[in-house]
Amino acid sequence: MDFRFSEREEMLRKSVREFAENEIPPKMEAMEKTGDFPAELLKPMADLGIMGVITPPEYGGVGLGYVARTIALEELGRVCGAMPMALQVHHMGCAVINDFGTEEQKKKYLVPLAKGETMGVVAVTDPTGGSDVVGMKTSAELRGDKYILNGRKCFITNSHNSDFWVVIARTAEGAKGLSAFIVEKDFPGAKLGRKENKFGLRGANTGELAFDDCEVPKENLLGQEGGGLAAAIKTISETGRTGMAATALGILTAAYEEAAKFASERPLYGKPIAALQAIQFYIAEIYSQLEICRLLCYRASWLKDNDMRCDNEAALAKYYTCEAAANAAKKAVEIHGSYGIMREYAVQRLLRDAMVTIPAGGTAEIAKVLLARAALAPFKKQK
Amino acid sequence: MKRIIVCVKPVPDPKHWGRVSMDPDTMTLRREVIPSIVNPLDKHAIEAGLSVRDSFGGEVVLLSMAPPSAQPLLREGLAMGADRAVLLSDPVFAGSDTLATSLILAAGCRYIGDFDLIFLGNMSIDGSTAQVCSQLAELLGLPNVMHVTGLSWTNEGKVIITRKIENGFSKLVGIPPLVLSVRKELNKPRYVPFTGILAAESKEIRVLSNNDLKIDPSQIGLAGSPTKMAGLEIRRFERKRERLEGSPEEIVRKLMDKIYQIGVI
Repeated sequence: MDFRFSEREEMLRKSVREFAENEIPPKMEAMEKTGDFPAELLKPMADLGIMGVITPPEYGGVGLGYVARTIALEELGRVCGAMPMALQVHHMGCAVINDFGTEEQKKKYLVPLAKGETMGVVAVTDPTGGSDVVGMKTSAELRGDKYILNGRKCFITNSHNSDFWVVIARTAEGAKGLSAFIVEKDFPGAKLGRKENKFGLRGANTGELAFDDCEVPKENLLGQEGGGLAAAIKTISETGRTGMAATALGILTAAYEEAAKFASERPLYGKPIAALQAIQFYIAEIYSQLEICRLLCYRASWLKDNDMRCDNEAALAKYYTCEAAANAAKKAVEIHGSYGIMREYAVQRLLRDAMVTIPAGGTAEIAKVLLARAALAPFKKQK
Repeated sequence: MKRIIVCVKPVPDPKHWGRVSMDPDTMTLRREVIPSIVNPLDKHAIEAGLSVRDSFGGEVVLLSMAPPSAQPLLREGLAMGADRAVLLSDPVFAGSDTLATSLILAAGCRYIGDFDLIFLGNMSIDGSTAQVCSQLAELLGLPNVMHVTGLSWTNEGKVIITRKIENGFSKLVGIPPLVLSVRKELNKPRYVPFTGILAAESKEIRVLSNNDLKIDPSQIGLAGSPTKMAGLEIRRFERKRERLEGSPEEIVRKLMDKIYQIGVI
């Protein structure tokens, strides 16, 4: 067992950190104000390799895998949580097309994603709710050489920033009646709905997609008809949850750094408040959570890179890290005292951002259901 | 263009300058206690070298005098796109001042040989002497232009150099080989792309000792350095505090008197 990062991984972290620290802060005020993603950073991030980090080189990516992706997302999230939020969903779009797409679909859709020409989108959630995937109502009916889609998708990350979306819709009854489609935004009947106004992760655009007799060519079916649930679950549980965990890990890292820095500089009774044991206990809790979450996040990504099952580990990393980020950000706000609730200080944003990671990409409750299932499985009596 | 040498210096990371300390015996920085980074201006020098190579061909060779631990920093320059690196590393080099360092770097340049341009950062953020570039050029018998903020080329292979001078800029025309030391205004260094990181893993870092360079040991290292640190003093700055008493009008009057006294107004 070796818990150290390789020289390659360390260099990758340094590269992304330098990029993030230089390029993102000048965009953050506008991101907070408008809720829009800074699309002008897509090309530089593609040049760096972030957009195509998990995409194979034959489709324009660098194919470095999930540990590299987690490093990149953590470093971006350390500066601004909205960036990895948007990018991890982009990577979900890349993964689902790479895993289930035909050669033609990969050439047509995966290459522009890796090059940063547009952003990946995976639209699963209906207005009826995201956790009940099988209960979705959005329908797709084969008529001649086209599928006709009707329905709505909501809380879709990158909805308004992409030229095409991977959409899960119902082609028949039951769990095996869901199918995945690549829907271009200019297809007849495809519409953008409203942009949501979130209180955190503001620069990661979230919005609605609407399908009103939307005509999707038959060749844009992604995978087999009826394979939509499997595609959605694989993508959410492996790429989505590791990505959400990495996003929260970046926020948690920032919360630790802000808290420790402020505590070391802020004087009280003639000494920095870090000399007070009450504050030390807060810092110790944040630091412990960060170290635990790093292990969880990188373990899940390492399993994925090594073609091992990682769904439970990814669910654990996602659930635990998102909760830890919110707790750490809350403590960081408290350490800052009244400064912590001022817009000028980053910790208030970290708290808002961390809260948004909790329901995104699978709620904490869904993760707990999965983890309870895994924990009880060895003791389940055979019927 | 045949070959471009870029000199690279590891320096203490400014983010950790709060932990910088001096060795009281050698009066030099204790470099091993805090992480090192590539001297920020040297990244602009690397970018300059890469830009020239991308336009006119040739190869970019990084050159550094540093301990073996500097290899990851050179690997970073290789990941930016440099073709290979030469690390001059020998315990006899330790403690070299700017003149001894220039002597060692000049020997390194001669070892690499056949170069058209040598780029350096204008100065390093640790020493800030800005002496090595001129000394290196002198030792190699080449012209040196400092404070370079712009470069362009004529069809005849001459280089038009813009350099910052007090109150403005001047333009010079040079014919390679030249030693150019650059300011940050010259360019924006590229970020290290992931593909560059992969490519750098198979690029060569040749480590040379004084056995390869064969410099007279009495001219290098602490013993060969004419610059001797006379003493070391840590300056402490404390804010003066004084409480003014009285009514608001009286306090303002006293405050204005003090401002006049210290000559601010």
